[in-house]
Amino acid sequence: MAKRPFNPDRDVAEWHGGSQPYDLLREGFVALIAVAILITSLALLFGSPDEKSVTIRSWARADATDFVTTALGELSGATTSAGYGAPYNHASDGPALGPLHIQRMAGVTIPVDSIQDFVIAPLDSLAAGRSASLTAALLRWHAATSPQRLLWANATVVGALGVSSAPAGDPVPELLSSLSAMATSGALDQSLIAGRGFFSMDYTKPLLFIADGNWFTTLADRQNLLGTQWGMMNETGSYPGQAWLWLYTFWYQIAPFNSSGNADVLVFATMIFLSGLLIFLPFLPGLRSLPRWSKVYRLIWREHYRRTGEASRPRI
Amino acid sequence: MYFETLVGAVFPLTHPGHYFHWHFINVSYGNIVVIVLMVVAFVAALVAPFPGRGRRGGHR
Amino acid sequence: MTTQHDISRQWTTRARHGLLSALPADKLLPDGQPTYVASWIYVFGVATVSALVMVIATGCVLAIYGPTWWHVSSIGHFVNSLHLWSVEVFFFAMIVHLWGKFFMAAWRGGRALTWMTGGVTFLTSIGAGLTGYVSQTNFDAQWIATQAKDGINSTGIGSVFNLLDLGQMLMWHIVLLPLAAVALTGLHVLMVRVKGVVPPFATETEHHHG
Repeated sequence: MAKRPFNPDRDVAEWHGGSQPYDLLREGFVALIAVAILITSLALLFGSPDEKSVTIRSWARADATDFVTTALGELSGATTSAGYGAPYNHASDGPALGPLHIQRMAGVTIPVDSIQDFVIAPLDSLAAGRSASLTAALLRWHAATSPQRLLWANATVVGALGVSSAPAGDPVPELLSSLSAMATSGALDQSLIAGRGFFSMDYTKPLLFIADGNWFTTLADRQNLLGTQWGMMNETGSYPGQAWLWLYTFWYQIAPFNSSGNADVLVFATMIFLSGLLIFLPFLPGLRSLPRWSKVYRLIWREHYRRTGEASRPRI
Repeated sequence: MYFETLVGAVFPLTHPGHYFHWHFINVSYGNIVVIVLMVVAFVAALVAPFPGRGRRGGHR
Repeated sequence: MTTQHDISRQWTTRARHGLLSALPADKLLPDGQPTYVASWIYVFGVATVSALVMVIATGCVLAIYGPTWWHVSSIGHFVNSLHLWSVEVFFFAMIVHLWGKFFMAAWRGGRALTWMTGGVTFLTSIGAGLTGYVSQTNFDAQWIATQAKDGINSTGIGSVFNLLDLGQMLMWHIVLLPLAAVALTGLHVLMVRVKGVVPPFATETEHHHG
């Protein structure tokens, strides 16, 4: 079988030259000690950030108007989670990669009903502790058709001091008022994770609800964590963050990604492609020639080139 | 108590961060420091002299 | 009656022969290295592995008292700081190591798999970092989970990988991804031992004599 021609970017003449004594395990041990000292010093000097988690209770107390507005948005289907699509509901197809709606194709595997899960079911769970007005409001809501419920939700207006106007017979103001009281007491936080029984570490519902509001985004904005602020790279406070994510967040800042409704899947597809280039680099002509063309290796192996011949130069 | 004082950070970086803005680029100074240090470490590793060691002959 | 032929066909015998021929003891734990290994750039590989050891060790300490310990204990907070800076040093060293290996074209001479396992380890580490960030049980975790979920969901992966499910994310972070990272790193290091450190680009003198 004919031997393929030597390609300096793929092949190498194996080394039959000299060797030098080298203590592998000692080097590993020294490196571990040096790195441990470095890490310990950084931890002692700078510590680590710990911004306290928010709760629905803290949200409802800090910005009651935003909480009530968001709850109303859940009832009218106007929030991000209500219109999200898979994996939470069927409200939207989600982003598309060309003709492929991969998000929708993956299916609704984490069902979340914004109206039921965030508003009605928690209020229903109050059972014997309910006020007469809440009981009546829930009865009206459950007896109504979906179009009627939507009419009520769309007709209710929330102002700075709560519901500012609503049509006669609209149970929504009572529902919002009771939900707000439930939120400020802390009971709503528990209700949203207790739905699966005693034990749950799944915070899907409370997190989706909190993220539907503007207050949560305002907190992130103060910490420069928004997407438009290259937030993916950033940490709270002044700590260095995830600098290695620079390229991932970079795409979101430029056209066509920054104005596309499909930005998420487009950026992910771009990064998967680039990751493929990285991993399969040894097989990619041109790209795998860059190290040889750049000649940075002459610095790395200058001692070797000096020793193997005063007049020798890398032939390539 | 002493250990708790010891392990508290000397220079906690919990104050609001400062950011470098240029057109659409927005990078925290914390991240800039890390990136610059990486480049410095890389260049230093390339140019810094490496101590020589005893050699054993090969069979060329 | 068992013959020598039967013994030589045993899985154990064949595995032993295969392993020992690919990686004899003096290749697994050599006492020398080629003379061209003479640059500080070569320390970043072992620095990366050392930082990974620190990441895992500090993570084990955090595991002793659970994922919310560090919010209520100053010692726990210090261990969390060690864990965070271990991750920062790990990525720092790994990326400088990547730059060095790229400029050496370290995939040459049948070393493509060494390069590829390194690349996959890098990507696995990013996943481990993400699951770690969403397991912090603080505001940062809440924000990162609710934002990153959009990217993950857009690929369809979000239908099974729920960033908002702390239980799932924590188990990926402390079980599945560390196992993958350690296995890939181990494979990567063993391959360096099997193939040796990549030789330099050839010189004119060597080319004429070779």
